[in-house]
Amino acid sequence: MTDDRARTLSYHSVLAGRLGFYGILTVGVGVLIVTGGIDLSIGSVVGLCAVLFGLLLNQQIPAWQAALLVVALGCLIGLIHGFLVTQLKLQPFLVTLCGLFIYRGLARGVTLVQLGINEDAAALKALLVGGEGEAGRNQLILLLVIALAVGLLLHFTKHGRYLFAIGANEAAAKYAGIPTERYKILAYVICSGLAALGGVLLLLDAETVNPTSGGSLLELYAITGAVLGGCSLRGGEGLVPGMILGAAVLPLLRGVSSFNKVPSDVEYAVIGMALLLGTIADELLKRGAGRRE
Amino acid sequence: MAVPLIEAVGVSKRFPGVVALSGVSMHVAPGEVLAVVGENGAGKSTLMKVLAGIYTPDEGELRLDGKSIQFPGVPAALAAGIVLIHQELNLAENLSIAANLFLGRESGLFLELSAERVASRELMARVGLEASPDRIVGSLSPGQKQLVEIARALRAKARLIVFDEPTSSLTQRETDRLYEVIDDLKRQDVAIVYISHRLAEVKRVADRVIVLRDGKNAGELPRERINHDALIRLMVGRDLKQLYPRNHQAKQDAQVRLAVNGLRREGCPHAVSLALRAGEIVGMAGLVGAGRTELAETLFGVRRITSGEVLLDGVPLRVTHPREAMSAGLVLVPEDRRHHGLLLEFAISDNLALPNYDRLSSMGWLLPGPIAKLARDTMERLRVRAFGPSQAAGQLSGGNQQKVVLGKWLARRPKVILFDEPTRGVDVGARSEIYALMDQLADAGTAVLMISSDMEEVLGMSDRVLVMHEGRLAGELSRGELNEEAVMRLATGGYGGKGDDPLVGRVSDRSTALRRADDR
Repeated sequence: MTDDRARTLSYHSVLAGRLGFYGILTVGVGVLIVTGGIDLSIGSVVGLCAVLFGLLLNQQIPAWQAALLVVALGCLIGLIHGFLVTQLKLQPFLVTLCGLFIYRGLARGVTLVQLGINEDAAALKALLVGGEGEAGRNQLILLLVIALAVGLLLHFTKHGRYLFAIGANEAAAKYAGIPTERYKILAYVICSGLAALGGVLLLLDAETVNPTSGGSLLELYAITGAVLGGCSLRGGEGLVPGMILGAAVLPLLRGVSSFNKVPSDVEYAVIGMALLLGTIADELLKRGAGRRE
Repeated sequence: MAVPLIEAVGVSKRFPGVVALSGVSMHVAPGEVLAVVGENGAGKSTLMKVLAGIYTPDEGELRLDGKSIQFPGVPAALAAGIVLIHQELNLAENLSIAANLFLGRESGLFLELSAERVASRELMARVGLEASPDRIVGSLSPGQKQLVEIARALRAKARLIVFDEPTSSLTQRETDRLYEVIDDLKRQDVAIVYISHRLAEVKRVADRVIVLRDGKNAGELPRERINHDALIRLMVGRDLKQLYPRNHQAKQDAQVRLAVNGLRREGCPHAVSLALRAGEIVGMAGLVGAGRTELAETLFGVRRITSGEVLLDGVPLRVTHPREAMSAGLVLVPEDRRHHGLLLEFAISDNLALPNYDRLSSMGWLLPGPIAKLARDTMERLRVRAFGPSQAAGQLSGGNQQKVVLGKWLARRPKVILFDEPTRGVDVGARSEIYALMDQLADAGTAVLMISSDMEEVLGMSDRVLVMHEGRLAGELSRGELNEEAVMRLATGGYGGKGDDPLVGRVSDRSTALRRADDR
């Protein structure tokens, strides 16, 4: 009995933590997808930033400074992506696909040892992720704070309208006098900046990071979450609350499948099927709505 | 009268919230060309889709050879010999002509290429398509592609061919070719239904015309009574006394609002100079490709300026982005409204607000009240016909879409408005409203530049006309000197009078004159 309760409690906190973590990445890529962009490098940015955060901690730099530096680096990465996409007119898919390889390679090149956290970072962990026994709770709160800010930006300011307009029809947005390139760059910065924050959280939460695999595949989880949450990959569509719900689907699926003793080997198949079913349902609903018009 | 090949009797079709057709009747006999005209939304397309089996009517019946029949789907209509040729052609661009003609008709395990080729040659000869059957369809001109579609209809043993706006992407020569093919089809006893916006074409091809308005039969005219005014009266349901209102007064000495001196753009060696005065409507004519759209886009900041200067109310204007042109008071109503003018999936109110958020937000926060008010006011002023401000712009008719594109700018009270093909794809009713608005704007002191390939519109609306030819201004005509031949002479690079240019000389219909010359 007590064993069961403990299991439930720890499951809840793990779930909260995972939702917070995926949610932050999902909201970031969601903003980008709204503008019609895409970012395949999120997982590698998470990995690289987690590694760099660990290295900075090793240098005895105060944890919060190290975290800020890493997030700033993430923003810089986003700036570079945005610049390549808007100025050199490269395809977002390609730019960030290259990023996926480059940042992963850098993470492995910088160090191959596993990194941990120090006492200073433990305090930051208590703040951002959650204290002893309630790990994950604060991570969820952090997500809600970020989601609130991004939600207000996207849905209640003119900047949000511009981001949606760019995703719906970039040329028409430009012809309406919107500085489209600036806003697209902004979306890349938000996406990579939040991915870098994800890297910080990854190291704080797990207290260790493996440069080879830390954060890998997270871009797909984030994109999946955004799509399940109602973002259209064609751009111009999406709601922040939807993104959070979409981000919740994967941790829930993982939880359900592990509770039901589904072997972890087929976990990906379960996730893939869920996404496919979600997409099919969305398409059918839209078709129904279209017929009614 | 011969037994009609196909007859629709009292056909009604409802969609939720809309009655698309209400008791419409029509018939067409073998060897007859029936034109169907009407404004956008009058029900033409729905009626054709009923004939082609895409929609089943809610009421009424179809009769084939005098016998009642139902088409549960497109294949049934095809089997009865009814073929609809859509405005956007349905060809496999990556395959050869022969492969397209026999697509879906291949029999046996292996393709019988040589037999297909022989049969294709014969079909192509019937429509006068001179090309190898092995030619890839993607490499053909729009007119040739249309001939492939017609040949395919013949292969399917079509007894009725429905053309939906067949000439919208054809040159004049290709259009003439199409008329010949239609005449030929008539001789082969094929019935033709011809849907078109272009009244001159209707006059040229139709044996009879029926007019639809608001989903009902509005009238019918036999060949000898088809004329412009009668058609418009039936389409609009009232007389358009003044399609081209002229209440504004262009003054010679009015202040110059826009002065362009020696403007060169990237990719064009010629410099352009012009001036627009407050309160005048300046038409800009020229052939397709003469550089008119490019000039407008350069002034609006979409294209890069390489040299020259632009003065707006005497103040130098340096534009590198539409935002700068817009804030200075120079705006563009673009030619391609679906791609450059509108967010099609977005609400009308979102579209109207898009360039006006500087006034509709405070510290970046949206102000829902003013946004709603702007939408209401603009829709009322422009008489945008829609369910409400939240309807998606893409669901509106062409005319109402154009009103939204224009409406975006009105709140900014622009000093100069550049219109690029303001009434393309816009029905007659909305057209007259757009002209009236142009007139009002000029009356209020706005300088209006109207790029147009519609000769009637150029002659009807302009206080003076600038004519472009191959990237430079070929000349200017005052309202007194304005006539079609003078415009054409300049637009084609200064050929002599009527006699020198048989193409221009023969044209009796003004609106086709420019397109005719395009084909040269």
